Amino acid sequence: MASAINVDQVSKSYKIGHLHRATTIREALVNVAKRPFVGDANTKESIWALKDVNMSVASGEVVGIVGRNGAGKSTLLKVLSKITYPTSGTMNVVGRVASLLEVGTGFHSELTGRENIYLNGSIMGMRRREINAKLDAIIDFGGVAKFIDTPIKRYSSGMRLRLGFAVAAHLDPDVLLVDEVLAVGDVEFQKKCLDAMDNLHSGGRTVLFVSHNLAAVENLCPRCVWIDNGKVRMDGEAKEVIKSYLSTFAGAGKQGMDLRNVSGRGGSGEIRFTSLEFFGLDDQPLKVIRSGDNLVLRLHYRSEAPVRNPRFGVQIHSDLGTKITSFSTWAAGVEIPDAIEKEGHIDLVIDFLNLMPGRYYLSLSLKGVGSTAYDVLDHCATFDVEATDFYGSGKGIDGRLGIIFLPCRWKTQGMLATADEEAK
Amino acid sequence: MSEYLGEIWQYRELFYFLIWRDVKVRYKQTILGAAWAVIQPFCTMVVFTLFFRKMANMPSDGIPYPIFTYSALIPWTYLSQAITNSGNSLVASSNLFTKVYFPRVAIPASSAFSGLVDFAIAGSVLLVMMVYYDFAPSWSLLMWPVLLVPLVMLALGVGMIFAALNVKYRDVRYALPFVTQIWLFTTPIIYPTSIIPERFRTLLALNPLVGLIDAFRASLFTGRVLDWQLFTISIVMTTVIFVAGNIYFRKVERVFADIV
Repeated sequence: MASAINVDQVSKSYKIGHLHRATTIREALVNVAKRPFVGDANTKESIWALKDVNMSVASGEVVGIVGRNGAGKSTLLKVLSKITYPTSGTMNVVGRVASLLEVGTGFHSELTGRENIYLNGSIMGMRRREINAKLDAIIDFGGVAKFIDTPIKRYSSGMRLRLGFAVAAHLDPDVLLVDEVLAVGDVEFQKKCLDAMDNLHSGGRTVLFVSHNLAAVENLCPRCVWIDNGKVRMDGEAKEVIKSYLSTFAGAGKQGMDLRNVSGRGGSGEIRFTSLEFFGLDDQPLKVIRSGDNLVLRLHYRSEAPVRNPRFGVQIHSDLGTKITSFSTWAAGVEIPDAIEKEGHIDLVIDFLNLMPGRYYLSLSLKGVGSTAYDVLDHCATFDVEATDFYGSGKGIDGRLGIIFLPCRWKTQGMLATADEEAK
Repeated sequence: MSEYLGEIWQYRELFYFLIWRDVKVRYKQTILGAAWAVIQPFCTMVVFTLFFRKMANMPSDGIPYPIFTYSALIPWTYLSQAITNSGNSLVASSNLFTKVYFPRVAIPASSAFSGLVDFAIAGSVLLVMMVYYDFAPSWSLLMWPVLLVPLVMLALGVGMIFAALNVKYRDVRYALPFVTQIWLFTTPIIYPTSIIPERFRTLLALNPLVGLIDAFRASLFTGRVLDWQLFTISIVMTTVIFVAGNIYFRKVERVFADIV
């Protein structure tokens, strides 16, 4: 099949000095004056956001792109959508391109919903005629018909988002580049978006889909590319790529994990996780974790500065990245004392581990009030849940049965004639 | 070059919508609304008349001073606002061009074009003033739309240079009010070209606005002849600035998204 996207040896470098680059002429002059003495610090170092990337996507193919934060996924999309230019290499995208790096690009809060549909639509590359034809469908999809002639500054953020996605869902490009737009919005809306994406898929359109939602990638994309450190680390069947990708996250091991040097962590760092240990309720370190066991997750932390009301959070993901459950001190209503030690630990006690055998990933977060994040560790640890003969039947339960383990009883009385007789 | 123009043609509807947005949004949530398009040049005219005519007794080539200065203030107000708005436009719209591709020139250009609405509104007041001062507008008034072409080109050229510089050096934001102020005083808006000594005129004409403003005035009043030499130099300068602005913009637009 003809290729819709062709990327040949594309590299993109950013100068590291960018953050401190001269933003005023005065600074530029000072730099020039300094140059003979200290050398030109600004041009010395550059980082490669992308390095020698090669890939080819056939027309009609839907490809997921995964990788850690800062791996170069977004840069790749920006290069492909011509927002930024590669430092070297060539690329070619055939047909009409729409890049969805954000929903509702160019929305103006003073304009009404209807006006913004036209504005946003034309920015995304739709013709006026096309918008006219699809206007009703867009309004309907967004579910904001009642407020369509109200300035969107009166909209809630959810309504804006729905309106933005409604426009996006009606774009009709040959190539669609999507970056993490599903990370926002409520669950119902996310589902609607995923359905819309699925439709794109069946429409024979070429799609590149960047996401941290690995389950979504696996569902939508038969093929997946893993970008690591600006390079293509793996390219192949989505399931395989995602598994290999996830397996790099955690140095597996159950006897506690050092978290001090985990790369790619987020947050401001006033307080950080230092290690993680698994115990049983009897305070003995756990060597094996089995379905139905009790489990204590001991989270060690160290604070560099006093923090108020830290919120500890833990998430469990399946080996394909589906978020299975989340815990947080905030949701549980646990008051963290004001005067906590600089170094210490907090225990998360799980009385009954409702997980089928298999490999699971943990994400940890330490957040503050509002949107403050002190420490965010995605998929920083793994643990394996082993099969167990829970029912004592000698049959055991295993990972093929699913993810969630709900202990159960079966009642067979209703199958026997005598049961009815007895009841009378 | 033809590729560049082709792309602009391809994105013409986006140009239209961006201009439409600027026009629509400009006076949103103001009480006086589009009246601001008149208030600004009109009040400036009143102030100029009081201070320069009444107090300093500035000559005005035999034309009533209010009309004399207002007829220059209309193109001037357009130009100064167009370069201020387009000079700041790229930085203000960074959320747009870091997310979607389209010809970057659409942003400063839409700022420059949307000001034409204000120009039209303020221009209609000039007609009222001419009636009041008993000046019959002559056919040469039809030259105004023609003169708008070099005026817009000048605004575009200067605006694109400032917009591109602004992405890299935020000094532009502070320099712009200062530049427009100096430009106002070095252009015959308050005073007639005739009070400038002959030998400096050619030098003055390097300011392209001199010939343009002079032409705007000349087409308003019958019996006023256009200084062709002045006008020609200004047109040449305008073209040079327009071309230079485009070349510079084209050269640096590739890195806008990386450095904004």
